[in-house]
Amino acid sequence: MAASEEASRPFAGLSEVSISEDIPVEGDISVPMSSSRRDDEFSTLDEPVKETILRDLRAVGNKFIHVLYPKRSSALLRDWDLWGPLLLCVTLALLLQGGAADSDDQGGPQFAEVFVIIWFGSIVITLNSKLLGGTISFFQSLCVLGYCIMPLTAAMVVCRIVLVGGSGTVSFAVRLMVVTASFGWSTFASTAFLADSQPPNRKALVVYPVFLFYFVIGWMILTFSPSQ
Amino acid sequence: MSADSGNRNTNTEPWGSFDDNLIQGSSSAVVDMENMDDTSGSSFEDMGEMHQRMKEEEEVAAEAAAAEDDTSEDGEFLGMKGIKGQLGRQVADEVWKAGKQQASRAFNLYANIDILRPYFDVEPVQVRSRLIESMIPVRMINFPQKIAGELYGPLMLVFTLVAILLHGMKTSGTVIREGTLMGTAIGTCFGYWLGVSSFIYFLAYLVNAQITMLQTLSLLGYGLFGHCIVLLITYNIHFHFLFYILWLLLGGLSTLRMVAALLSRAVGQTPRLLLCGTLAFLHMLFLLYLHFAYHKIVEGLLDSLEGPNMAPMQRVARDVPELTLNATAKSLGVLLKAH
Repeated sequence: MAASEEASRPFAGLSEVSISEDIPVEGDISVPMSSSRRDDEFSTLDEPVKETILRDLRAVGNKFIHVLYPKRSSALLRDWDLWGPLLLCVTLALLLQGGAADSDDQGGPQFAEVFVIIWFGSIVITLNSKLLGGTISFFQSLCVLGYCIMPLTAAMVVCRIVLVGGSGTVSFAVRLMVVTASFGWSTFASTAFLADSQPPNRKALVVYPVFLFYFVIGWMILTFSPSQ
Repeated sequence: MSADSGNRNTNTEPWGSFDDNLIQGSSSAVVDMENMDDTSGSSFEDMGEMHQRMKEEEEVAAEAAAAEDDTSEDGEFLGMKGIKGQLGRQVADEVWKAGKQQASRAFNLYANIDILRPYFDVEPVQVRSRLIESMIPVRMINFPQKIAGELYGPLMLVFTLVAILLHGMKTSGTVIREGTLMGTAIGTCFGYWLGVSSFIYFLAYLVNAQITMLQTLSLLGYGLFGHCIVLLITYNIHFHFLFYILWLLLGGLSTLRMVAALLSRAVGQTPRLLLCGTLAFLHMLFLLYLHFAYHKIVEGLLDSLEGPNMAPMQRVARDVPELTLNATAKSLGVLLKAH
């Protein structure tokens, strides 16, 4: 009995060691460089809340710049977050909200509708890219698609300013130009980020739903008219 | 914990070591799966997931250890009498644990995606040729025609149809009470696709036609390509004559293609008539419905029947002259004229 106990004991000890010590090792396998190094650099426990918020905001702002100038960098993919997409989505939905709010017809998009279109659409695109064999992870793709709404949100701001001036032919022309440009920009930027993770022969299949997604949003912005 | 492990291995040494090995083995299997499935490698979400899974496994292990402590105490207390029940309990424990892990793995997103992945295995060229083929009826009904079992094209066509329908609803000023436009559009398109596919599959099963559910979905999905084109054109150019021509031409062609494919796979006069008649009827009628439900042919009737008092109606259409463009196209036209 004692011998068998001795025999089984090393295994038991080994298994416990391997379970408890496995975690950091596998973490290192999964995330090669960034996480452990960053944890060592500073402790965020005793810094003021303002600094924490500012640092996060700065990170979000950095990613905005990446979208505005979409060179093929992986910053948007490596440190994904959903704060920026949430911010952009809420801004866009609030800006679109005022249209025909008090009248009965549903021509103007509602807040919930915009919100659902953006998130549901991004999820569908992401699942589609996963199904086509993309190597990008779920939230990375959501992050990229969310951040790439930024040109369209900017276009919405411009449209509202133009609509204050009046809603004639000239204003429509300006809006059409702005929305088309930002639609192209959004599609181009998201493609630049997402295309690398796809098999090269299937890029067209991945880009089509992205195109459709931004087209619907752009069309909503173009046809927006504020209530009188 | 070490004392624990010593303690728990006194009575139940084969089971204990088996248990440990099992847990260890399953954890390494999980890690393998992670590496195989998710090739992105450096995402935080995977890290978090792995942490969580590790934690769960630790909990399970702790539970098992606790259970074993209990059972070993029981065993000591009851002597040899309790050993049978104890073994049974442990085996049940193992089975339950393994079942739980299997179930949680089945619910894993990646696993589910892997199930669907073969249906999305297409090249852009294939999709293009299938889209074109969906408008070309093949007159070969003696030999079963090949139907590609693929879901990418149909799914994208349904989403395109949703977008077009949304556009049509908005430009026609459709009002839907107790619901949103988008919900209605998605419900209509997916409902038609899934519902009619299931129905046709059921009919095909009844009349013993050789077609699978996947092929039905693919066939009907690609059949929506004609609908997309017709609706995209006629929602922007309100011209009834044009719609009827397109309806007969494009809608008819895509319907004929599906009918031909079904004909070649069914045997006998009555089954063919039943199956193809149902499909053709539903498919053509759906296009008609999509065009006129979110359009304004009814408004003439309503005007004459009720006058301006249209509030209680579910869908209220706008006054539109015979040939009009919608707001977007109209202002485009004005713009072009101005320049």
